Amino acid sequence: MSLINPGFGLVIWMTIAFGIVLFVLAKYAWKPIMSALKEREASIEESLQAAEKAREAMQDLKLDNEKLLREAKDERDALLKEARNIKESIIEEAKEKANTEASNIIDSAKERIEHEKNAAVVEIKNLIAQNAIAIAEKVLRDELKDKKDQMDYINKLLKETSLN
Amino acid sequence: MIWILSIMMVLGMPSVFAQHHHDDTQQKGEDWEEVIMEEEFKAGEMIIEHIVDAYEWHIISIGETHVTLPLPVILYDKGEWMVFSSSHFHHGHDSYKGYFISHHEMNSGKIVRLDESGAEIRPTLDMSFTKNVLAIFFSMTILVLVFVSVANTYKKRKGQAPKGLQSFLEPIILFVRDDIAKASIGEKNYEKYLPFLLTIFFFILLNNILGIIPFFPGGANVTGNIGVTGVLAAFTFIITTFSGNKNYWTHIFNAPGVPWWLKIPVPLMPVVELMGVFTKPFVLMVRLFANISAGHIIILGFISLIFIFGKMSAGLGYGVSVVSVGFSIFMDFLELLVAFIQAYVFTLLSALYFGMATEEHH
Repeated sequence: MSLINPGFGLVIWMTIAFGIVLFVLAKYAWKPIMSALKEREASIEESLQAAEKAREAMQDLKLDNEKLLREAKDERDALLKEARNIKESIIEEAKEKANTEASNIIDSAKERIEHEKNAAVVEIKNLIAQNAIAIAEKVLRDELKDKKDQMDYINKLLKETSLN
Repeated sequence: MIWILSIMMVLGMPSVFAQHHHDDTQQKGEDWEEVIMEEEFKAGEMIIEHIVDAYEWHIISIGETHVTLPLPVILYDKGEWMVFSSSHFHHGHDSYKGYFISHHEMNSGKIVRLDESGAEIRPTLDMSFTKNVLAIFFSMTILVLVFVSVANTYKKRKGQAPKGLQSFLEPIILFVRDDIAKASIGEKNYEKYLPFLLTIFFFILLNNILGIIPFFPGGANVTGNIGVTGVLAAFTFIITTFSGNKNYWTHIFNAPGVPWWLKIPVPLMPVVELMGVFTKPFVLMVRLFANISAGHIIILGFISLIFIFGKMSAGLGYGVSVVSVGFSIFMDFLELLVAFIQAYVFTLLSALYFGMATEEHH
């Protein structure tokens, strides 16, 4: 039954050894290990929080970017639309202007043509009249060679005019 | 000093002390290998011899040559100190200065002398540096070396991921801290008890594992020694008692919620509670001792079977050896599991007792 009979010497040695080791380990091992673990855990916790914050900031930034991009796109679309409108209106205006100009030109041309035509007609009329007068003169000269005939004709003319 | 001395003995003088030839025919062999050769093989004696403390460290026997590490015997008796090497006992066969190793009853395996009436009595103080003491110092040295170096790694590699031994031990340290200390004692007080809990956990675990290893310097049954477990339990008891707050003592002497007639006139509950204060560490002591010793006894029993059957016939011995070794391997794995479980249980229960002692009234 020596199994359950503790040796007194062993108990003393064990107490001394365990006491010393407990003291040494507590001071030189457990204390630095525990403080290092705590420190690391704190730093990990901090890093995680920082990462979370960074992710949130990134999210915000992304949202901002998206918003900005959307705004830019909208603006671009508006600009393009406006430009298109302006282009169309310019073309329209130009067309209108061209039309009026053309019709003006045509009108003035027509007027001028009319004018020219009238002038030409007048000239032709004058020419014809002059020719007719010349022919008539010649004819009259031919016919009124002798005095008598002249006098007869003048009298006749006078008669005609006086009647008027 | 003695530690250094014994290291010197290990390193410097093994040839002087360690080897002893002796003629086997004259002496009653105590070493079990010898026993098989000479007389009937006593399995029980062999097993007990292997799991109790000894004054020398038997390393190996090759034929009749016993390689042992003799250890210093330190006695205080009849008013004087005596220090001599255990090799004077010649493996328990001889007496020296009237002292010899007893083979009887309670004192079996311990140094005794004969008193006037011829009865065996123990010397007043036996402070011998025994096999278990050497094993304790050895494991303590390992603990200090390992954990101080790990602590240095922590200091050196501040803020970095663990590496090497550090990364191997860190999960265990964290387990003791988070799942034993924090869980049982509570966030507020656990830090105070952590050094003790970590130390007993690693001390028990290391010695449980060293105890399974059959070769020197393993093989000493430290945590299966009732003296060692008793000291550990005593530490737990003392720390519990000294950290007990008002609430703890109130629960013992005047437990709330208990009918008054259980306290007055016969203080039944206080007596039961007070007994509990002492039975808790006592159970701690017995549990660890019994679990570890039992595991060793079973393994040694299986091995003994080989020699018991081998005595009957060589063939039977070989046949049984296959089964025995198989069972021994199984038991070794089981013991490895038990090594962890017992270290865990001892630490956890200590932590629970500390938790009870520091629990605030609510």
